[in-house]
Amino acid sequence: MSNETGISRRGLFMKIGILFNGVVATALAVPIVQYVASSISRSRANGYLSWVSLGRVGDFPEGETRLATFRNPFVTPTDGKTADTACWVRRIKDEQFQVFAVNCAHLGCPVRWFPQSGLFMCPCHGGAYYRDGSRASGPPERGLFEYPIKIEKGEITIHAGELPTPGSAEATPGRPGGTTAADKRSAALDSGCRGCGKPS
Amino acid sequence: MSVITKIGEWLDARVQLAAPIREAVEHPVPKNTASWWYVFGSAALVVFALQFVTGILLALVYVPSAGEAWSSLQALNHDVSLGWFIRALHGWGSNFMVAIVLIHMMQVFLFGAYKFPRELTWIVGVLLLLMTLGMAFTGQVLRFDQDAYWGLGIGASIASRVPVVGDAVVKLMLGGPIIAGATLSRFFALHVFVVPGLLIGFVCLHVLMVLKLGINEWPMPGRIVKRATYIGEYHELTKTDGAPFLPYAAWKDAFFAAGVLLAVTACAVYYGPFGPTGQPDPTIIQTVPKPDYFFLWLYAVLSLLPPSMETPALLIGPVVIIVALLLLPFLSGEGEKSWRRRPIAVMTVLLIAVALSTFTRLAEVAPWSPHMNAWSGDPIPQQMLKGTTALERQGALVFQAKQCRNCHALGDTGGERGPALDGVAVRLTQDQLIRQVIQGGGNMPAYGKNLSPAETTALVAFLQRLRPPGQAPATDASRGLVTNDGADRRPGGGR
Repeated sequence: MSNETGISRRGLFMKIGILFNGVVATALAVPIVQYVASSISRSRANGYLSWVSLGRVGDFPEGETRLATFRNPFVTPTDGKTADTACWVRRIKDEQFQVFAVNCAHLGCPVRWFPQSGLFMCPCHGGAYYRDGSRASGPPERGLFEYPIKIEKGEITIHAGELPTPGSAEATPGRPGGTTAADKRSAALDSGCRGCGKPS
Repeated sequence: MSVITKIGEWLDARVQLAAPIREAVEHPVPKNTASWWYVFGSAALVVFALQFVTGILLALVYVPSAGEAWSSLQALNHDVSLGWFIRALHGWGSNFMVAIVLIHMMQVFLFGAYKFPRELTWIVGVLLLLMTLGMAFTGQVLRFDQDAYWGLGIGASIASRVPVVGDAVVKLMLGGPIIAGATLSRFFALHVFVVPGLLIGFVCLHVLMVLKLGINEWPMPGRIVKRATYIGEYHELTKTDGAPFLPYAAWKDAFFAAGVLLAVTACAVYYGPFGPTGQPDPTIIQTVPKPDYFFLWLYAVLSLLPPSMETPALLIGPVVIIVALLLLPFLSGEGEKSWRRRPIAVMTVLLIAVALSTFTRLAEVAPWSPHMNAWSGDPIPQQMLKGTTALERQGALVFQAKQCRNCHALGDTGGERGPALDGVAVRLTQDQLIRQVIQGGGNMPAYGKNLSPAETTALVAFLQRLRPPGQAPATDASRGLVTNDGADRRPGGGR
C-alpha cells in the first residue's frame, strides 16, 4: 500500500525498532558510563583526600628523617595491606616539618633515605634528592612530592589519600606534591611560614 | 557402520559443519608455502590455547583480591598439588607467546605478506600483538607482588603525564585514588574477560582472512604485486602448483606446535613458576622493582632518555609506532615481496632487533640504578688500603659511610651509576676532586652540605691514592708556579 513511497509497513516497523533500541541503549549507556567513570568523578568533590595523623610530634627526633606509615583515608574492603602507605617525615626543628611521598617523582618507585650522605635514592632509574626533597640528580624533573602538613594537638597530620604522580601534581596544586620542594623553599625564604621546608 | 560414525553423522545432519571444515583444511595452498618459515602463526594459536586452558585452571584457585591474591599464589606454589606447575606453564607460555607473535610478525613483514590483498589481516595482526602485550602486562599485575605493585605505580606515573586528562586516566586505571583492591579487580577483569574476549574474536577474524585470501605464496624476487592482477595470479598458482593444506603443509605446523609446547613444558619443569616476589605491602620499600622480560627494553629506555624528552617520547612514541604499523600495508601495498629486493625492510628489522636486545641486555644489568646495599655490603679491596696513612684510611671510611659506593665501583664491585674510581687520581687533580665532591655535577649530587671540611679532606686524600701502579696522579701544571713551593709535584701533596 505504500509502494509509491518505497517504504513498506514492516520496513517502517523495522526502522522504528532500531530507533527504539538506540534510545534504550543510550538511556542504558548513561548509568554504565557513570559506573565506569565513578572512580574519576568521586575525586571532583575532593572525596579521596583528608587529613591523616602520622603520630605525635615528639615521635620524630629533630634534625632527622624517619619513615612513617599511615592507613589511606579512602579504603575498600578488599584493599588489605595495599591501603597502608609509607612517607618520609623530616623534622627540621620544633614544629617545622617536611613530609615526602616515598614515590619517586620520575616514575613512582620507592625512594630510600640515606642519613649518612643526606640523600634520598631511587633504586629504579637512579634519581637522587637532597634532604629537603629537592632534586639532586638523575632522571626526575622535579623534587620529591610533598604532602601539605598541619600540626594539631601535638600530632603531625598530612593531607593525603591519592597516589602522587607527576601529572596529578601539576594538575592540582594542593594535592600531595602540588608544590615542589623548591617552591616551598622559596616560599619559606619569603615569608618564613611555619611548617615550610628550609634549605639545610 | 560403527557407532561413532553414526553419532557423527547424526550430529552433522544438525550442525552441518563437517563440509565447511573439510573445505577449509583441505583448501589448496601454493606448494612452496609448505615451509618451516610458515609455522609461527599456528604455533602462536596453539600457545594461546595453552594459555586459555592453564588460565582457567589457575582461576580455580586464584583470588583476585588485593588482600588475598598473594597468599593464593603462595598456596598455588606450595599447597595445591602441581599448582606450581600450572603457574609455570602459564608464565612460560606467556613468554613464548610474545616471542612467537613477534617472530611471526617479523616473518610476515620480511615475506611481504602484508601487501595487497592482505592489508586487513596485517592490521588485525597488529591489534593481536597489542592485545598479547596487554595480556603480558595485565598478567604481571595479577601476580600481585612487589614488582606488580610498583609496576602499576610506574604505569600510573606514565599515564598521569597525558595532558589535561592524565589525572582522570590514572584514577580510571587504578579504579580509585591509590593502587589497591579496585585496581587488582579491574586488571583481573581485563586479563580474564575483556582482552581474551577481544583476542578470540580477532584471532577468528585473522584466521578467517587467511582462509579466504589464501596463504601468502613464497616471495620470488621480481614477482611484483599489482592490485589489478594479483588475485588472478594467486589462484592460477594454487591451481598449477598447489596442494591441499592438510596434510601437505599442515604436518610442519603440527610438529612445530608440539615442539613449542614441549619447550614451554621443559622450561616450566626446569625453571619453575615466576614469583611471586615480596608481598604487595607499600610500606616495605626495600625493593628494586623490575618489569617482566618483555618490558625490560622499556625500562632501559626510560632510564636513558634525557628527562626533557621523556614525556613526549612516552606519549607520542607509542602512537607513532602503532600508526606506522597500521599504515604500512597502505604505504607499500604493492611491489616486491621478496626480502632479497627490500634492503630497507631487512635493515629495519635488524635495527629493531638489535635495539630491543641491546636495551633488554642493558636493563638486565641496569648500570643506571644505584646498588642500594653496596656501601654496607662491598668492602674496599685490601690492596687499596695497603700502606695508606691514617688520613687516607679515614677517607676510605668516609667513602663507604657516605654511600659513595652505591654509585661508584672500586675493584669491579659497587654501583655503576657513576664512573668506577679505581684510577680516578689519574683523571682528576686534587682541586677537581674537591670541587666534584662538594659541588657535584654531571649527574652527581653535591655533597658539600653533608661532609665536614675534615671529611672532605680525608675523602680526597683517599681518592688521590686510587691510581694504577706506576702511573702519576693528575696534577695542575700551573699550580707549582702559582704556589711557588713545589710541594704539589709530590703525589697527593699540597695540603
